[in-house]
Amino acid sequence: MSEILKVDSINVYYGAIHAIKDVSFSVHEGEIVTLIGANGAGKSTILQTVSGLLRSKTGVVRFCDEDISHTAAYKIVEKGLAQVPEGRRIFLQMTVEENLEMGAYTQAPSGVDADLAMVYEQFPRLKERRRQIAGTLSGGEQQMLAMGRALMSHPRLLMLDEPSMGLAPILVEQIFEIIRDMHKKGTTILLVEQNAQMALSVADRAYVLETGSIILSGTGAELAASDSVRKAYLGG
Amino acid sequence: MEFLSYLISGISLGSIYAIIALGYTMVYGIAKMLNFAHGDVIMVGGYISFCVVTYLGLPGWLSVVVAMLVCTALGILIEGLAYKPLRQAPSLAVLITAIGVSYFLQNSALLIWGASPKVYTPIVSGQIEMFGGSLKISWVTVVTVVICFIIAVGLTSFISKSRMGKAMRACSEDKGAAQLMGINVNRTISTTFAIGSALAAVAGVLLCSFSPSLMPTTGSMPGIKAFTAAVFGGIGSIPGAFLGGILLGIIESLAKAYISTQLSNAILFAVLIIVLLVRPAGLLGKYVPEKV
Repeated sequence: MSEILKVDSINVYYGAIHAIKDVSFSVHEGEIVTLIGANGAGKSTILQTVSGLLRSKTGVVRFCDEDISHTAAYKIVEKGLAQVPEGRRIFLQMTVEENLEMGAYTQAPSGVDADLAMVYEQFPRLKERRRQIAGTLSGGEQQMLAMGRALMSHPRLLMLDEPSMGLAPILVEQIFEIIRDMHKKGTTILLVEQNAQMALSVADRAYVLETGSIILSGTGAELAASDSVRKAYLGG
Repeated sequence: MEFLSYLISGISLGSIYAIIALGYTMVYGIAKMLNFAHGDVIMVGGYISFCVVTYLGLPGWLSVVVAMLVCTALGILIEGLAYKPLRQAPSLAVLITAIGVSYFLQNSALLIWGASPKVYTPIVSGQIEMFGGSLKISWVTVVTVVICFIIAVGLTSFISKSRMGKAMRACSEDKGAAQLMGINVNRTISTTFAIGSALAAVAGVLLCSFSPSLMPTTGSMPGIKAFTAAVFGGIGSIPGAFLGGILLGIIESLAKAYISTQLSNAILFAVLIIVLLVRPAGLLGKYVPEKV
């Protein structure tokens, strides 16, 4: 399996605050990798640095063997890296279908209809609501829209930031079912979660983040069994 | 009949305000800044059209095209040189820069074309007489309203249907998320300035066709009134800019006719204040609390 994403000792600052300290990790083609950690550990900051919204002071982010540390965010998307941001950040005043079209912004317009059909097949709820203004969707539907929107760009790597946030347990199950499904269909996934239990249950490998540094790593099963992870993140 | 004629001249004046207000409202909607230099782009459009007709002897319609091209380039240039470097700066810094650009344009015009007013030849002349001559409508009035209508329809469908229009709406809502879609936010903002400035050139030509005296300060007052119209209709809203512009034109025209010419501007702004007291987001604006 080739390395699709390689993050090599990045350091990210918010002004004087050293938010991410020498973080390195990698994602291989076909894997689900998860970054878990408490609120404020720096998980979202790492994803935003990979997608180019934030910049690392030192270190390198390589995507498909190409240094993207200084590439503009919108160009990174063209290379096949999509992010479902924290809080979904769908375009609330646009319709469901327009949101999906925005997801296909980097794609040739001729293929958009086929891609819409693909996303609607995976998310039948979205098809029912295609003409609806996205702001009127429920939280779960909005999360599905955010995921569908990211799939429209045919990502080689899909980064999901807290997809379970703010959702009822039954919807969390559903979202993770979709993540498994997308993975089965061949999408490589980097998942950031506070819900460590769910994240570890789907992940091939995992990294545990604490105050900006990676303190543990291993396979999903190893970490789920580890004492320190259980105490800190799995409630005993 | 008199009332009808004031009303028509109000709608036509309002159409010009609406075209200018679009530039303010689109730029505000997408770049979240008030481009106070917008009014002076109108003035530049007027001068360019004047020069093309007077010095090059070309027909009026061609001068409009040239003015649009020059103003588009000017808009992109202003955005790239003055506003783009301030993308992360506090909004007050951008506002002050915009005022600076406004003075820069006015003084450049003073340097190039001098302080004495130029007499602009309207691009269309003549008038239609109706009801046995009791109602006279000038062709400029008709052309202005028609152009405003075409722009309204064209721009609305551009924003709602086209790829770039949708990208503009996406940027207006969430620039970070728009980037994650692969949208080049800088280019989108630049396109917005280009469209707004091209419209300003059209407004400049129409404005000078109404009041043919052209000075470096010609754009300021209509600019401020159009900005008022944009706020009146709900800043950031394109239908709001049209509604606000046309209402403002009608109020101004009727106030001049029936109350007082000197007080017309005071009445205009009084109406604005009352509307904003009742509807702080303007007539069609949505009140969105600022995220802190």
